[in-house]
Amino acid sequence: MFKAHFKKKLPTFELEVDISLSQGILALVGSSGAGKTTILQCLAGLQTPSWGEINIHDKIVFSSEYGKDVPIRNRHIGYLFQDYALFPHMTVEKNVVYGKPKKGSNPNKALTATNVLQMLKIEHLRNRYPKQISGGEKQRVALARALMTEPELLLLDEPLSALDQDTRSSLQQELLKLQAQWQIPFILVTHDVQEAEMLGDQIIKLDHGKQEVLKKLTIAQ
Amino acid sequence: MEFDFIPIILSLKVAFASVVIVTCSCIPIASFMAKHEFVGKDVVESLIALPLVLPPSVIGFMLLVFFGKNGPMGKLLEQWFQIKVVFTLAGAVIAAAVVSFPLMYQAVKAAIESIDQNLEQAARTLGAREYRVFFTITLPLAWNGIMAGFVLAFARSLGEFGATLMIAGNIPGKTQTMPLAIYFDNDAGDLRQASILVILMTVFSFLVIYGVNRWRRGLRRDSRGDGI
Repeated sequence: MFKAHFKKKLPTFELEVDISLSQGILALVGSSGAGKTTILQCLAGLQTPSWGEINIHDKIVFSSEYGKDVPIRNRHIGYLFQDYALFPHMTVEKNVVYGKPKKGSNPNKALTATNVLQMLKIEHLRNRYPKQISGGEKQRVALARALMTEPELLLLDEPLSALDQDTRSSLQQELLKLQAQWQIPFILVTHDVQEAEMLGDQIIKLDHGKQEVLKKLTIAQ
Repeated sequence: MEFDFIPIILSLKVAFASVVIVTCSCIPIASFMAKHEFVGKDVVESLIALPLVLPPSVIGFMLLVFFGKNGPMGKLLEQWFQIKVVFTLAGAVIAAAVVSFPLMYQAVKAAIESIDQNLEQAARTLGAREYRVFFTITLPLAWNGIMAGFVLAFARSLGEFGATLMIAGNIPGKTQTMPLAIYFDNDAGDLRQASILVILMTVFSFLVIYGVNRWRRGLRRDSRGDGI
């Protein structure tokens, strides 16, 4: 279960967020500069909210009231950057295992790089460098890298925006499958309302820091 | 008259010792300055860059005041470590380090600033602590800039003349490095010895500049990548 209620002062407006999610995909839509990425960064700990509280799995990771701000590395959140942020000096395999916990939190998953690479159909790329692979492949590598950390929540910042239409459609399907398979909440930022409708179990539209619920959660909580 | 190799050996010793000191001090300082904003940062950066524009005699004078027998550092080094700086090779190393520090600093800081911050943030989201981010992401990605700074600092250390003369003096076989030997050989009319040293220094300096330029061009080509 993930729950966040916080405010963040931005140069031109104040962002106000009140979201919760136990399962499925929450899609955040809005035009550029609406504060979508800021929300993800506050959740991940890359930015600090001005006020509020963030709970992940009933653990408070940020609270202005109690002066708590858990470091990024201890939040157990997977983050997929818009430009994928793959380490250019490491092979695909080294990228993927970078965040692998020393002891897996869930021994039943027995997560290995090979499992994840196979699941995302990128095993053949394991010895390549990021500059030697295509945009869609980079996206899969970034997903594999984020999943290797066994996150409790996955944040995706416009993960499909740089891809062509065909790759985009196939990856949309893969994201849906992956979420069903992985059983952790995903929060997806996109400026494409159609994409949000296709992927989101909940859809929230952002406009100058204010949120409007476009679609409520209908799956069983 | 036989050719005297000792100035070459002394110069190499001074340059190596200087770049080791400069590299070890520069990487943490440049990393801190590249990542942090604070009141007075411009003043600190101007002080760091000062040796680039100050006349060598001014730097030499300051070093004499600071490291001289009655200077604050001079006293401290002599009392605690029995190290004398004035008229020793240690003085030449300090002079070389002071003048080459800004070159290394600028190269390292520019290299660190050019790293995409998302890469470091991505490492943090993957559970890396700050030291791991630094050693596995920042340092390898800044490595080419560090090496360029290393080579420039080495070349600058090798060529240091004015400040070295003031603090280390011109003691043949002890503190007489190549630039000093060229000046004093020429003064004494030993043009053969001076000419050989001049040729060596010119060729070396040319190779350094040529090598760094080629390397940078290669890096620019590599960074464009063979994207699909």
